[in-house]
Amino acid sequence: MTMRFHAEPIEFTRQPGLGAPVWAARAADGDDLMRFAVSVHRHEGRLAALWGEDRRQRGEGFRLHCVFALDEGHLWLDLDLPAENPVYPDLAGIFPAANRMQRATRDLVGIAFEGGSGGGDARPWLRHGAWPADWHPLRHDAGEGGGFPNDPSDYDFVQVGGEGAHEIPVGPIHAGIIEPGHFRFSVIGERVLRLEQRLGYQHKGVEKLFIGGSIADGARLAGRISGDSTCAYAWAYAAAVEAACGVNPPPRALMLRALMLERERVANHLGDLGALGNDAALAFGFSQFMRLKEDWLRVNGALFGHRFMMDRIVPGGTASDLEAPALRAIVDQCDAIGREVKDLRKIYDEHAGLQDRFQTTGTIHADLARELSLTGVAARATGLILDGRAHRQGYTPPPPYAALGVRPATDERGDVAARAAVRFAEIFESLRLLQEIAVGLPDSELCIEFAPVADAHGLGVIEGWRGEVLVGVALDGAGRLARVHPHDPSWQAWPALEHAVMKDIVPDFPLINKSFNLSYSGHDL
Amino acid sequence: MNLPWGPGGEFARREAAMSISGLLWQLLAIVLALALAPLLTGWVNQCRAWLQNRSAPPLLQPYYMLHKLFLKDVVLAHGASPLFRFAPFAVFGCMLLACAIIPTLSTDLPLAPTADTIALVGVLGLARIFISLAAMDVGTSFGTLGGRREMLIGFLAEPALLMVIFTTALISQSTSVATIVETLAHRDFIIYPSLAFAGIAFTFVSFAENARVPVDNPATHLELTMIHEAMILEYSGRHLALIEWAASLKLYAYSCLGLALFFPWGIAAGSSVLGLLMAIPVLLVKLVIGGFLLAGIETINAKVRIFRAPEFLGTAFLLAVLGLLVRLMLETRV
Repeated sequence: MTMRFHAEPIEFTRQPGLGAPVWAARAADGDDLMRFAVSVHRHEGRLAALWGEDRRQRGEGFRLHCVFALDEGHLWLDLDLPAENPVYPDLAGIFPAANRMQRATRDLVGIAFEGGSGGGDARPWLRHGAWPADWHPLRHDAGEGGGFPNDPSDYDFVQVGGEGAHEIPVGPIHAGIIEPGHFRFSVIGERVLRLEQRLGYQHKGVEKLFIGGSIADGARLAGRISGDSTCAYAWAYAAAVEAACGVNPPPRALMLRALMLERERVANHLGDLGALGNDAALAFGFSQFMRLKEDWLRVNGALFGHRFMMDRIVPGGTASDLEAPALRAIVDQCDAIGREVKDLRKIYDEHAGLQDRFQTTGTIHADLARELSLTGVAARATGLILDGRAHRQGYTPPPPYAALGVRPATDERGDVAARAAVRFAEIFESLRLLQEIAVGLPDSELCIEFAPVADAHGLGVIEGWRGEVLVGVALDGAGRLARVHPHDPSWQAWPALEHAVMKDIVPDFPLINKSFNLSYSGHDL
Repeated sequence: MNLPWGPGGEFARREAAMSISGLLWQLLAIVLALALAPLLTGWVNQCRAWLQNRSAPPLLQPYYMLHKLFLKDVVLAHGASPLFRFAPFAVFGCMLLACAIIPTLSTDLPLAPTADTIALVGVLGLARIFISLAAMDVGTSFGTLGGRREMLIGFLAEPALLMVIFTTALISQSTSVATIVETLAHRDFIIYPSLAFAGIAFTFVSFAENARVPVDNPATHLELTMIHEAMILEYSGRHLALIEWAASLKLYAYSCLGLALFFPWGIAAGSSVLGLLMAIPVLLVKLVIGGFLLAGIETINAKVRIFRAPEFLGTAFLLAVLGLLVRLMLETRV
């Protein structure tokens, strides 16, 4: 099946399989890519992911992968680049979200961007000086690396001038036990003029670890990219591999995957709502939500043998099944937790002090969210109906969600209160879905065996609890992993956080940050 | 009018108090403050945990903390000046002096006349100056941030506190803490509406001054929202122990001042052994109840935005002025 979008000349082919709708094509040259990007932007599409691949060992050059998202689905556009001096046009002027992805691609694969309208940000992103600028870990001839002198370079933060303006550097080591990231605030008094982030402190070479592994090795690694989203990553990886190999997982496995994904969503939303209360010094909310989350995770542990359900979603299906008593336990627990969360929502909604902290704090509007290609809870809290699980104009979600009829939760305020409200609404919707799944679980086999297909590639897209998780997979001639790129929704959401905190005050930043709750590990890779 | 030099005035009292037993009781009050202050903090923490459905830390946890910190080495920032090292001692000294001149057990203490209520506010202010300067001394952004916020809170809280004290001083015609408490505690029982306003205002100020929840959060780990904690981030070892102890003493001092001004019953008038021995259990009961109420208020409130803190303290000031006006207009006999 082929299709053209917006009367552009590029012809896309539909990726086979049961996953989210993905259309793949190859751009003829950089100008072709630019033209298409402009067209996507004009039609209110977004940039979903961008990564590079070294294909020189096959006698080719480099390949740039761009994934755009429209209502019809994801458009996976490749661009082949020469082995010598691989350069493509800078897309950051069209999609600001491209900025960091392009810089990370330059750091890791060594393909550069120039021209275009993005201004060509020359600063590194994931490279912190642990390896030299002319060494690129994801090139096939890079070797193991190591032995480089650690040479932390000065990072050129944007300076804000003017009388009374000064900087507050925060992190990467924080007073609490959280992941590392550096935040550079430019402030006047308590008012934030500008925030600039520096991430990459958790870079651990995940993408390099994938290379050369078997499909099963990759599944284990994908589940460990960001522990809080292990189901989303495992499913996205499995979907990509299944699309590449032309395999359709059985219906029971798809339903079980949805069950796990929704359980992961509820667990994280419970934790976030508690943490939001805690950051506003309402420790009561924190302890209540943490109690509910703990109960939730214990049931995970009892039913799946792992509190976070790691390694339960595997390419071809799932690794564990649920019997009738387990399904009954899930239905009962959903009832019980639903009642308690309803009470807690009432307390949160009616707590004047808490609402005063939440409302009008860290606001972003739908226009900005669209401009920054934002997805997930943060995007829905600005009023965008953007949920890969739900029907919308021109988009049909992949099974099993097509049959479940997910109602997306949105809120138009765009502030911390809106993000809390969306989380509450999504908990209730997920509890409803869980009960529906538990009652109507179809009978079929759990997992089908399949052999890897040589030189195949696929893209998996899953609506995780934080937002849209993508995994792109390319297999080599022997059916082993040639390149795997996991993409966390935090790539798009971190810059949105920079905007959200502007014009707010410094002591409100932790609350705003928590309302996004973005991943460091999933971003730093 | 209770003139200092009149019969029963300040000077007469000072002479009478300079007895050996008076000194002993004063010493007891100071030792009691040193010992009870961490216990009060521990009690409040325990109540908070219970009210939040958490299992509570041991009651003696603050003592374990102090013990641990006193055993640890001090790590000093490279740019630390002698001021940074001196500040913990100054703050601790100020808080100890405050505890000594607030009548906890008896109104007849040798040190009580050394400073009146205005000087007491000054002593507390001095501690604030030292800790803020020390916070800015090492030049980290968080210290400066905390110091700046502390001064914002302080310059709003101090006038409100003074207004509260003026109201009580008008009732007793004296600014001496001992005389005020004695007047309030040992006269015929009269209900003063002005004291109700002053009491609420004092509660507000106490929450702000002791870095409690509506204004600050003593349990936070978020460096950007801290006020008091941000100022002491660079302290370690015995310096930190002194500052933590001083913070406990401050809470104890404010609690005792509030109890002495608004619930003074049970405080001994003279140095009689029986009266003083009775005063100790009464004080304990009052602190237990007060600590529980403090934890309760902290549990049901969220922290206000920092720019709401002026509104919070503005309300305190308004209530204190109302108390003063009520005193002047309604309670003054012609």
